[in-house]
Amino acid sequence: MKRVIESKEVAGQSPNYLLAKFQDLVDWAVNSSRANSLWPMPFGTACCAIEFMATAASRYDFARFGMERQAFSPRQADVLICAGRLPFKLAPVIRRIFDQMPQPKWVISMGACASTGGIFDNYAMVQGIDTIVPVDVYVPGCPPRPEGLLYGVLLLHKKIKGESLFDAERRRDEQPLDERGLRLSPAEIDEVSEPFGNSVHQFRSS
Amino acid sequence: MTLQIPGRLRETVARDGETIVYVERARLLEAMTWLKETPGQEYDYLVDVTAVEFRDRERPLEVVYFVRSLSCRADLRVKVELDAAGDLTVDSVWGLWHGADWLEREVFDMFGITFRGHPDLRRILMWETYAEGFPLRKDFPLRGRFSRAEQVRQALNANPEAHYSLDELSIADAWGDLPDDMRERLKRGERGVVPE
Repeated sequence: MKRVIESKEVAGQSPNYLLAKFQDLVDWAVNSSRANSLWPMPFGTACCAIEFMATAASRYDFARFGMERQAFSPRQADVLICAGRLPFKLAPVIRRIFDQMPQPKWVISMGACASTGGIFDNYAMVQGIDTIVPVDVYVPGCPPRPEGLLYGVLLLHKKIKGESLFDAERRRDEQPLDERGLRLSPAEIDEVSEPFGNSVHQFRSS
Repeated sequence: MTLQIPGRLRETVARDGETIVYVERARLLEAMTWLKETPGQEYDYLVDVTAVEFRDRERPLEVVYFVRSLSCRADLRVKVELDAAGDLTVDSVWGLWHGADWLEREVFDMFGITFRGHPDLRRILMWETYAEGFPLRKDFPLRGRFSRAEQVRQALNANPEAHYSLDELSIADAWGDLPDDMRERLKRGERGVVPE
């Protein structure tokens, strides 16, 4: 709250305490509710999904962080958790699932393959799901341990608590695909899909 | 045993208790029919159909059939050699083993080998509109032929529901028995052309 008051003072006007506090109060209430009752939509395609299930099971139990209900319907989900590699054949599927989720919605990219393509730098695999859907939290690992995923969830909580209903810069509105059917520009996709690490030396061609 | 198989055999290799029979391409169907239907052979189970391309460009491409005789408890590998630069067509064994349907589709999808007589030769692993070629061929670059941006564009513009043809759903055969409302729905649908 202090931050908002200060910004008002810098603007050279008398601080509007009531409005500032009201907005902060609303944001606090809304964001806490959202952050502490996330409903994940698991999109498990590979071994990361096993770790995801371990995270959901009793030992790690992400219900402790409000993710009590896993929504297997995108219509009732807040967080899309892509756990595993994503082939190009599944790209329109995950995009449709993401589009079917109501706002506000967030995406966690779990594991190396979902985040970058991982070891699958080949003809069939999407090199990072951020070329398909906007991603909020990347959880590294191959696969990440449940603690890693929980840490990612807590980071997402932090991010959600910093959002604002009243400031479009501090939230993400719906981002439809452009007329080419792309989320990023072709140059950006080529750039983020560049080979790195060991796969630079990997080739199979004539 | 193998010497009785009709068709000119180039070579028969017995190694590690496995028998590999090389069959001439034109006589494949004849040999397979003989293997399946001759009493005492009865190779009634087609385990797998696959293909091999070697890094050595001099060696031909091989289509490999794994067959098993359940009654004789015998396994056999039948190979057909194809010139990689030439005509990549072999006869389909779908008429003998219906299980060859998806196996041959997979070989077609990955290697571009055409199976003559296959009822529904479409891609099976890659999507049907995939235009980059045949991924398991040695001249196929590992990351595909298109740029990543183009691959993403084509993938995102694909229709995820348009993968099943009417033939695959076997509705074409049952067309006459379907109720009227279902026929109407299928006519409006996108899953293939409804036979009149």
